[in-house]
Amino acid sequence: MGQTLFDKIWDAHVVSSKEGFPDILYIDTHFIHEVTSPQAFDGLRQRGLPVFRPKQTVATADHNVPTWDQHLPIKEELSRYQVDMLTKNCAEFGIELYGLGHQYQGIVHVIGPELGITRPGCTYVCGDSHTSTHGAFGAIAFGIGTSQVEQVLATQCLLQQRPKRMKIEVNGTLQKGVGAKDIILYIISKISAAGGTGYFVEYAGDTIRSLSMEGRMTICNMSIEMGARGGLIAPDETTIEYVKGRKFAPQGEEWDKAVDYWKTLYSDEDAQFDSELYFDAADIEPMITYGTNPGMGIGITQHVPETASFEAKEQGSYTKALNYMGLHEDQSLLGKPIDYVFIGSCTNSRIEDLRLVADFIKGKQKADNVTVWVVPGSKQVQQQAIAEGLDKIFEAAGFPLREPGCSACLGMNEDKIPAGKYCISTSNRNFEGRQGPDSRTFLASPLTAAAAAITGKVTDIREFLQQEELVG
Amino acid sequence: MATKIFKHLQSSIVPLPIENIDTDQIIPARFLKATTRDGFGNNLFRDWRFDKEGNPKEDFVLNHPNYSGKILVAGKNFGCGSSREHAAWAIADYGFDVVVSSFFADIFKGNALNNGLLPIQVSDDFLKKLFDAVYADAHAQVEVDLDNQFIKIVSTGEQETFEINPYKKACLINGYDDIDYILSNKQLVEEFEKR
Repeated sequence: MGQTLFDKIWDAHVVSSKEGFPDILYIDTHFIHEVTSPQAFDGLRQRGLPVFRPKQTVATADHNVPTWDQHLPIKEELSRYQVDMLTKNCAEFGIELYGLGHQYQGIVHVIGPELGITRPGCTYVCGDSHTSTHGAFGAIAFGIGTSQVEQVLATQCLLQQRPKRMKIEVNGTLQKGVGAKDIILYIISKISAAGGTGYFVEYAGDTIRSLSMEGRMTICNMSIEMGARGGLIAPDETTIEYVKGRKFAPQGEEWDKAVDYWKTLYSDEDAQFDSELYFDAADIEPMITYGTNPGMGIGITQHVPETASFEAKEQGSYTKALNYMGLHEDQSLLGKPIDYVFIGSCTNSRIEDLRLVADFIKGKQKADNVTVWVVPGSKQVQQQAIAEGLDKIFEAAGFPLREPGCSACLGMNEDKIPAGKYCISTSNRNFEGRQGPDSRTFLASPLTAAAAAITGKVTDIREFLQQEELVG
Repeated sequence: MATKIFKHLQSSIVPLPIENIDTDQIIPARFLKATTRDGFGNNLFRDWRFDKEGNPKEDFVLNHPNYSGKILVAGKNFGCGSSREHAAWAIADYGFDVVVSSFFADIFKGNALNNGLLPIQVSDDFLKKLFDAVYADAHAQVEVDLDNQFIKIVSTGEQETFEINPYKKACLINGYDDIDYILSNKQLVEEFEKR
């Protein structure tokens, strides 16, 4: 019987597999950041252990960093202390750090791929659930807790039970104005925020295949939002082209050898999955969430579901979510005024996202009632945007291009959405208080967010694009 | 290093019948700035538990004088979202030894087990029985036996068995640690690297 792509990569990394025990899985690269690593380094000190493979560990500061005036010291004392602690730990244990001010600093899931550290067939972990992003390259990548960060620092391995395998195929042609973010929000809305729990997902089908690497990263990034351990996409020419020539990509003969191997990385035709799901791309509208988990999403022309459509035991949680959001059942979100627009996060802060938004807003102005934050995923994305003149387009429209970091995705740094305010956000989570205490989040694609920034309200991007076509 | 040991417990329970409780609710991101593992219990369920001025919200179960105990019982898909282990630290630091739900998010479950906090997955039916029991009598006792893998409502004798990986079970009962286990296999790791 054939093997799935996931099993091929997993098997190639099993150090030991014993009945009754989780596998010991070898980790090729361990990404760390300032929030989930300090207690792990403390643990090493208590045990008197070094970092086992410091050269396979890569660090950056992203969660706590300000996205304006980054050259100044971080204002908030605890944030500054945590970032300083990372610097100190990396120096003590011999780990490369792309810290604040470094030309490669950025969100950990943006810098790995753009530096060519993320490659097909490898294993990656990080104390961050969106590590699933790296799966876009045909890699096994997933988030871990701090005890496991300590484990990987100490041993370069992880004790892990092999998850079940799920295949999600999307086939067909997307409507204009519908992109990778809409695909993944659509899938999660269909299978729920828990529908992937216990599984590692392989995304396949011609729609997925047609996506750029940036689009594939957006899809894999949100695998965790359906509860999946991670998600991956088989590497192809698009993947190889993306990795080629990047700073840490293999060179010369090593490159040829690597590409030969990458071409063997696909699920065999007769491979068995524990679950298979199929979706038609033509069914997908621009998506928006209305509730307080990423599974609570609808097509932009649809109405918020009726309470009675849920099972009795779910209705309490559902009503709580709608109350928090200040919405009611059967409401259309179209035309709903918004206060903030956040374009950024490890889901949608890559150069392609910024190009798409810049192209759309060129010559337009943001609405007066809206504050817009455009936050590049990394120093390199920021530099590229400036080199292409995107910063000028953003500024002219009233969207200042900020500096790289996790920003308003998680209400941990200075960029917080105020209580009661509505934010249309390209990030990945709409949990209560995620963007700041009592903030209200509508998750959407960069284009839907940009359209809302221009009109000041929830808008169907397709209408905009149609009008522009008519005007020509 | 030895970790916290868990074998057996009898306690009253704290009901939280909400589904999809994510780790941002368990411990909001703005409280993740500590660099040690201590003290997170003070901010457990912070924004549900306290108002903006830091006053306890009376209607939240942790502030309700009738409910207390070492077992937290919550709706399905508990611990979804962020991988922050701080969520498990906060629950354990507050004083819970067991979390019961009809479904757990994977990363949370692993984090809990690595901190001597036992996550018990029960059926929807049994979860309902637990809620019914505690709402009938706030002091209803529940017994958890890890060795025999069952959870029991003491007053009615209703019980259900639960699953746990045998290795993780041995870790909890004996206080074993994953790092010690992998280090005992260090030779295999080094051989793997030479392949």
